[in-house]
Amino acid sequence: MAKSTKIDIDHVSKLANLPLPDEQKRIFASQLTKILDYIEKIEKADTKNVEPTFNVTPNKNVTRKDTAGTCLTQDEALQNSKNTKNGQFVTKGVFKSE
Amino acid sequence: MSQQYNPVIGLEVHVETNTKTKMFCACSDDYFGKEPNTHTCPVCLGLPGALPFTNEEAIEKCMKIGLALNCKVAESSLFERKNYFYPDLAKGYQISQYRWPLCVGGSIEVTGKNGKKSTIRINRAHQEEDTGKLTHVEGRTLIDFNRSGVPLVEIVTEPDFTDTEQIRDYAKQLREIFRNLGVSNADMEKGDMRLEANISVRPVGQKELPNYRVELKNINSFRFMVAAVEFEIKRQIEALESGETLHQETRGWNEAKHETYLQRSKEEANDYRYFPEPDLPSLAVDRDLVKKLQEEARAALPQTKVDNLVKTYGISQESAVTMIRQGSDPFFEELVAKLGQTGISSQIVASMIINKKIDWQDLSTDDVVKQLKAQASQTALSSDQLEKAIDEVIADNEKTAADYKAGKENALQALIGAVMKKTSGRADAKQAAEIIKEKLK
Repeated sequence: MAKSTKIDIDHVSKLANLPLPDEQKRIFASQLTKILDYIEKIEKADTKNVEPTFNVTPNKNVTRKDTAGTCLTQDEALQNSKNTKNGQFVTKGVFKSE
Repeated sequence: MSQQYNPVIGLEVHVETNTKTKMFCACSDDYFGKEPNTHTCPVCLGLPGALPFTNEEAIEKCMKIGLALNCKVAESSLFERKNYFYPDLAKGYQISQYRWPLCVGGSIEVTGKNGKKSTIRINRAHQEEDTGKLTHVEGRTLIDFNRSGVPLVEIVTEPDFTDTEQIRDYAKQLREIFRNLGVSNADMEKGDMRLEANISVRPVGQKELPNYRVELKNINSFRFMVAAVEFEIKRQIEALESGETLHQETRGWNEAKHETYLQRSKEEANDYRYFPEPDLPSLAVDRDLVKKLQEEARAALPQTKVDNLVKTYGISQESAVTMIRQGSDPFFEELVAKLGQTGISSQIVASMIINKKIDWQDLSTDDVVKQLKAQASQTALSSDQLEKAIDEVIADNEKTAADYKAGKENALQALIGAVMKKTSGRADAKQAAEIIKEKLK
């Protein structure tokens, strides 16, 4: 039943930014396909008289006034980063990988 | 004769609204020129477990922008997550709006230099958050999250532009609207306002839109954007003429080479997997608030302001437009009120402001009042000088003088005008009128 053609696992792994070895690609493709099969089943349910739910909280308009609070200091903001320079986070060059 | 093509251009304008705090946290968004990563908190750093909390002022400013562009404000609006991996947002997604934007379906009338009017349809104006700032150094990327989470409104037009002149006029008009509404300084150099363009070309006469479009992105100067659009129109026409097929893609601008270049193919980049932001309840928009914002938006629109200035002060349409563009109109109104009955006409005051004879940016209106009164007493014409000027004007304008004698009342105004011009506005118009009448009896 589970056809792997439903999932383009290469595309998914790229979007998720998770490079996967072939073995794992096979496993995840099969698992994700099962999820899609399940969704297909749900889609068959009759929802003609059901209001769509986009958000599970019954709250509405939970907003705050535009008043400034305190921020983290630069040291606090950077404290968990392995690599920093001149008060900034350092990451792999984004242009190389593109 | 080869096939003729017309460009089809749509614009996306991003504008940072000038709230005190960020969109979803209480960090100050006065970040420009500040030390990096000093305006952050767990929310805008994307730390696990941090929850967003919507800034009501930002929502009001977004609605005001939408209303000024004749959009409808939705009854109910929701935020969604736009998922992508790029280090400018640490969460792995941007909180934006997709299926339930705050404002939809507006239009704006754009007036060109030659007075030609055209209507640009607005698809939507929605609320989202700005990203952190990346700096690329020696193969590595540095990140400053001060800007991350600053309220950003995106305004998307329909593909209604046909040339770069129109783009310029539209951008200028938007900037004026933002400034008049008081929602943003819209300073392009500081990045308050940014432009993206979608461009394709189609054969003249073809009604349907082309099946591709090229997105011009990450171009941080208005001048470069115009250059890029012009280059792109030419490139696409040449490609089509040589039988190439054009594809959906994103291109940037290389200023050194003066050409656009391929950034990444759209198919991959645009798979954002939007879904409703589960951490934010929906917005049910209060209609009374919309009404109130609509009135405020209308009063602040440049055209409304122009009409009011013309009506209240009897100045020319042109002067009113120029002063509003300069932002000198509040100064003008204050100055005219203070000058009161000094005999200096509102139009002369307006002209002096426009021609920089009055230093409105550095002086107070009190200073200028003193200055003008002093000047007036120094430079007041003696009655001899006035009479001499009038004699000269009558001699120079024999026909007009004859017209007046023959009973044409309008001619008198023309003569007074000529006297004012001759005396650089120093003559007293009433006095001049009496002398002219006397002389032409």
